[in-house]
Amino acid sequence: MSRSRPGPLDYLARWPLRAWMVATTVFLYSPLLTLMVFSFNNSRRNIVWRGFTLDYYAQVLGDDSLIQAFINSLTIALISTLFSVLLGAATALLLWRFRFPFKAGLEGGLALPIVVPEICMGVALLVFFTKVLPWPTNMVWPFNLGVIIIAHISFSFSFVASVVRARLASFNREQEEAARDLGASEWRTLIDVILPHMRPGLVAGGLLAFTLSLDDFVITFFTSGPDTTTFPVKVYSMIRFSVTPEVNAASTLLIVITVALTAIALRLQGSDGAAATAPH
Amino acid sequence: MAETVNESWKKSPGMFASLLAPPTLFLFAFLLAPLFVVWTYSFGHNEGLTEITVDGTFANYAHALNPLYLSILIKSFAFAAFTTFICLAAGFPIALAITFAKAKTKSWLLLLIMLPFWTNLLIRTYALMALLRTQGYVNGFLHIVWNGIAGVLHLVHGPALPAFQPLDLLYNNFAVVLGLVYVQLPFMVLPLYSALDRLDRSLLEASLDLGAGHLRTMVQVVLPLAMPGVASGILVTLIPSVGAFLTPDLLGGVDSQMIANVIERQFKAANDWPFGAAISFLLMYVTFVAIALQSVFAPKKEARS
Repeated sequence: MSRSRPGPLDYLARWPLRAWMVATTVFLYSPLLTLMVFSFNNSRRNIVWRGFTLDYYAQVLGDDSLIQAFINSLTIALISTLFSVLLGAATALLLWRFRFPFKAGLEGGLALPIVVPEICMGVALLVFFTKVLPWPTNMVWPFNLGVIIIAHISFSFSFVASVVRARLASFNREQEEAARDLGASEWRTLIDVILPHMRPGLVAGGLLAFTLSLDDFVITFFTSGPDTTTFPVKVYSMIRFSVTPEVNAASTLLIVITVALTAIALRLQGSDGAAATAPH
Repeated sequence: MAETVNESWKKSPGMFASLLAPPTLFLFAFLLAPLFVVWTYSFGHNEGLTEITVDGTFANYAHALNPLYLSILIKSFAFAAFTTFICLAAGFPIALAITFAKAKTKSWLLLLIMLPFWTNLLIRTYALMALLRTQGYVNGFLHIVWNGIAGVLHLVHGPALPAFQPLDLLYNNFAVVLGLVYVQLPFMVLPLYSALDRLDRSLLEASLDLGAGHLRTMVQVVLPLAMPGVASGILVTLIPSVGAFLTPDLLGGVDSQMIANVIERQFKAANDWPFGAAISFLLMYVTFVAIALQSVFAPKKEARS
């Protein structure tokens, strides 16, 4: 509801709130904008502006280990997204459609990746894949990334499930009944009627899973090995002790990619998925 | 919550089973099983370099409660509570301004607050490092200002300023709390906004019409009604802050380590997995208690809309 006249509740029109809003925006954006601007700065010490250069981008693109880490990140994100969408869609359909014993238990289990601290999940997966189910070493790429892929699926599929479930809520069941009346089988109806309705949710959930995977550091940090570095893990090892313009350039690239992906996801999921991704 | 069909599983057992099996198996194999293994390790001890024997000992928990680790646990809470308080104080006016903005402005403002949250946590932390370090942009800026003032003083034959001393902004507790606030602020604003957005505006107007000031209306009318949102805002800010790893790791100094850094050290450098397992389960118990408290604190109000 929009208010046409500035009323007593139009808090944004008051200067203290306006000033606060501006101050917060500066606080949130100045570090990132400085980082991005100074990635083009022609100076190693990188404090004072010494002219525009793309040198550091050239260095980033010429750094083989960084590129390999980036390719690993993209591969992991793609594969884990595919599985997260499949598992998330099944979960969403299951919870949307059926009443069954232990349903609350399953829902609780699905909430785990959201509530368990990342560090605990990271060490749990580290222990599991070291002691219980050691992943075979010297496997050929991309199978050596298996541990990280599984770890990423396990924290992203329940996010996908909640996005898809929110989308399913708007499904008109009469369409399904019509399909059944006209002789379609249960599976046929699922594929031809329900699945098309789910599609925006699947795409949005998939992009969410992709971004979560691409962004993850803590869990990957515990499940990656010397040969299976991802982009954030590589960047972490670079920035641990120093601030360099190469890292600024690499970070800028990642910022642009994730922001673009999330913007697409948000646009696709529209209003009904937004509630599911927002933390409550 | 979402409309559900709520059909009994017995009506189509085939479809039910094929939808149920993959996610449940995955959940058990790669989430519950790993957590369970860590839980059992927390009752064990190291036998040699790599072997861990689970013998039901509580020694790891006792070790975790010795003053050194207890003080780190308390410090993690203090940092997280301070962060949450700052986020609440800073986020409430923002959520309020967004709630009562015009519809079009509203979505832009929400985007403005959310956009930094989409960039990688590591990169956001790194951006703060670049800003705060001794040769960072904040100190660089202060240096220029300082030299400017010194130059002006020199021109007017005033007293000479001592050489510029950069401020220690990085690798201390201040940097950790600043970093946590920087990372968590959007998490606080969103639930506050969604609670405030549901408020019945006529209640606020009534309060203002009846002579209460804006501040009094906030404290006596808005805050009690928005309590579920405040509670969930506190929860989603507090929990990730208590378990934060990257922020204290990259921005903190020697004495600003938090509980996650201790856990990481046990699993990597110190190689004492049973002890690390015990601490990470302490962290998880604390998290679950916080969630349980929140659901007691804000029982049915969220379900209303």
